Amino acid sequence: MRFDHRHLLGIDPLRPDEIVTLLDLADRYVALGRQREKHATSLAGLTQVNMFFENSTRTQASFELAGKRLGADVMSMSMQASSIKKGETLIDTAMTLNAMHPDLLVVRHPQSGAVDLLAQKVRCAVINAGDGRHEHPTQALLDALTIRRAKGRLHRLTVAICGDIAHSRVARSNILLLHRMENRVRLVAPPTLLPAGIDGFGVEVTHDMREGLKDADVVMMLRLQKERMDGGFIPSEREYYHRYGLDAEKLAHAKEDAIVMHPGPMNRGVEIDGTLADDINRSVIQEQVEMGVAVRMAAMDLLARNLRARPTEVIT
Amino acid sequence: MSGPETPIALHRDAPVLIRNARLVDPEAGAVRAGSLLIEGGRITEIIDAPEPEIDAGRVPDRNRIDANDRFLAPGIVDIGVKVCEPGERHKESYKTAGAAAAAGGVTTMVTRPDTLPAIDTPETLEFIRRRAVEAAPVTVLPMAALTKGREGREMTEIGFLMDAGAVAFTDCDHVVTDTRVLSRAMTYAAGLGALIVTHPQEPGLSRGTAATSGKFATLRGLPSVSAMAERMGLDRDIALVEMTGVRLHADQITTARALPALERAKRNGFDVTAGTSMHHLTLNEMDVADYRTFFKVKPPLRSEDDRQAVIEAVRSGLIDTISSMHTPQDEESKRLPFEEAASGAVGLETMLPVLLRLYHSGDLDLPVLFRALALNPARRLGLDGGRLAVGAPADLVLFDADKPFVLDRFGLRSKSKNTPFDGARLQGKVLKTFVAGSVVYESA
Repeated sequence: MRFDHRHLLGIDPLRPDEIVTLLDLADRYVALGRQREKHATSLAGLTQVNMFFENSTRTQASFELAGKRLGADVMSMSMQASSIKKGETLIDTAMTLNAMHPDLLVVRHPQSGAVDLLAQKVRCAVINAGDGRHEHPTQALLDALTIRRAKGRLHRLTVAICGDIAHSRVARSNILLLHRMENRVRLVAPPTLLPAGIDGFGVEVTHDMREGLKDADVVMMLRLQKERMDGGFIPSEREYYHRYGLDAEKLAHAKEDAIVMHPGPMNRGVEIDGTLADDINRSVIQEQVEMGVAVRMAAMDLLARNLRARPTEVIT
Repeated sequence: MSGPETPIALHRDAPVLIRNARLVDPEAGAVRAGSLLIEGGRITEIIDAPEPEIDAGRVPDRNRIDANDRFLAPGIVDIGVKVCEPGERHKESYKTAGAAAAAGGVTTMVTRPDTLPAIDTPETLEFIRRRAVEAAPVTVLPMAALTKGREGREMTEIGFLMDAGAVAFTDCDHVVTDTRVLSRAMTYAAGLGALIVTHPQEPGLSRGTAATSGKFATLRGLPSVSAMAERMGLDRDIALVEMTGVRLHADQITTARALPALERAKRNGFDVTAGTSMHHLTLNEMDVADYRTFFKVKPPLRSEDDRQAVIEAVRSGLIDTISSMHTPQDEESKRLPFEEAASGAVGLETMLPVLLRLYHSGDLDLPVLFRALALNPARRLGLDGGRLAVGAPADLVLFDADKPFVLDRFGLRSKSKNTPFDGARLQGKVLKTFVAGSVVYESA
């Protein structure tokens, strides 16, 4: 079992066997999470700091719970409100953090590459909890775990990713992961919500929802940010829902046993029909949340093993 | 890059002979062995023999410089150098920029007005000229802003500024978005015969972007601008040239798609020239790698296909000039997330060795390189230099094109060390730089 990384900054640096390693460990943490006593000790004695430069309730809670279940001392900092407003730069923040000697640092930042920059400057292991439009690796990993558990495998599946691909780090990480695990990835979006050069990613691209969903094993919906709805990227909410919102009629084009996923939080009636989202036979949205905690436990566990394997003075 | 800052003492009143050189002549498009005689700050004789017999009474021994069969070329005329005076002297001063220029073989810096405040009045221009004469060993020719404060609303005092010595007018990377304002400024400038330098970009498309649209930008999640925005900006500027008759120089053409528009404008006889930057000739978008902000320039680095097309355009002469687009930035403004980080790179001192990569790769020969670095920019500004010819000012660079070295950014003379070539293996070293016949730089 190998997972030879100091940080988890994206899916891009991961090999298929490392992804499998992480998911296997996560499976065990799913089991642990379903017991009455949920505690493990992998992170005992370690300090985990969550720094969120962008609003997030779900991801932050998920990381916090994951750390606590593994016995870490967890501190969460909401950075929009604090020193950033006072003009402190990211590098200053890193220096301040170093002085507190954290072992694991979980970071979300509104700008692509900001987590990489921070990782270069701090002495601890860094986990990217989403940076700009770049990557959100733990989301892709939890999606992969959800798919593997529902479908029994994580290869040779047809996965349709639908919605705002252009602005989505979830989409980028998922495309990278699913492609690396040899799945067929289809992107379904209006042309204004597709990023440039997407044909170079080894994916199929379509603007037609029915064509995109045809015979899909997995339908992954993306959240459409409110600020993109009014005329800037799409004409209106209702036109978007009509053409790209997932409902039973469109889903009928996918395989009969296709699962429906959404990274949350959902806009019911914009990108997904409310009833469909709640349909326990099709929707795995609740499982995704559960898998999120397990995957984050696995990721932090693996990074902590690498941390502990190193003599203290080498961690500079 | 180290060397003594005190140049050798030549006998002032006697002629200087540079013998045994390989003369790079961009006008003739040739390199030939020969010698060159300098008197009164000008080239007075070009001799085809490497070891000419010249009377010792005419040229004293200490005024005889052996070039050791190295290249002697006209000094570089760099259009678009940012010196951060006034306003940000901690980033670059005339003294440090001048030293960097001399060490880089740049004998004329044509400076940008995008300072704080902008150089938009005859008084600020006068201040700059005084500072330059005091502090810089090379010739400094200032450009002035086209609109007040570079805000794109009202034209500057173009006439007064020309009287004060402005050689061209530009708002630099602030594209004048109001086409009516730009057309009036151009019409007025045309009446005075002034040269206008524009930054061809469609501002709506390029606002808030940090990379060129494509697979790389998407992979890195960076907001990006289509290469087409440059073509659109250039198309507009050329249409305004047709309308107003102004003399126009596009500061940087960096994409394949803009080239046919430029070609058409020239074929139609419009007074349009274009430059490109050393960075767009030698780097592409992939060099940004993991968000390396020293590679963030404006316009952003392009695809490899674009880079190849731009090299070809320099070779064919469609692109007239190459500039360093020297833009000093301190560490604080670069040590930020990529989108927030400041744009620009220093280049005065590294331009020649970096561009010699294209010579060593066989992409450009030396006469073509110096046509774009010296001859064409001098001509465009109506200067007498940029050539190896009798009567031309003795602004010269003597260099070894082959000497290998690894660039250490902390050895640069600029106050700011923001070069993308830190640690790069380069070949080529400036041995001596002459301005009006005087040695202003000599390597160790």
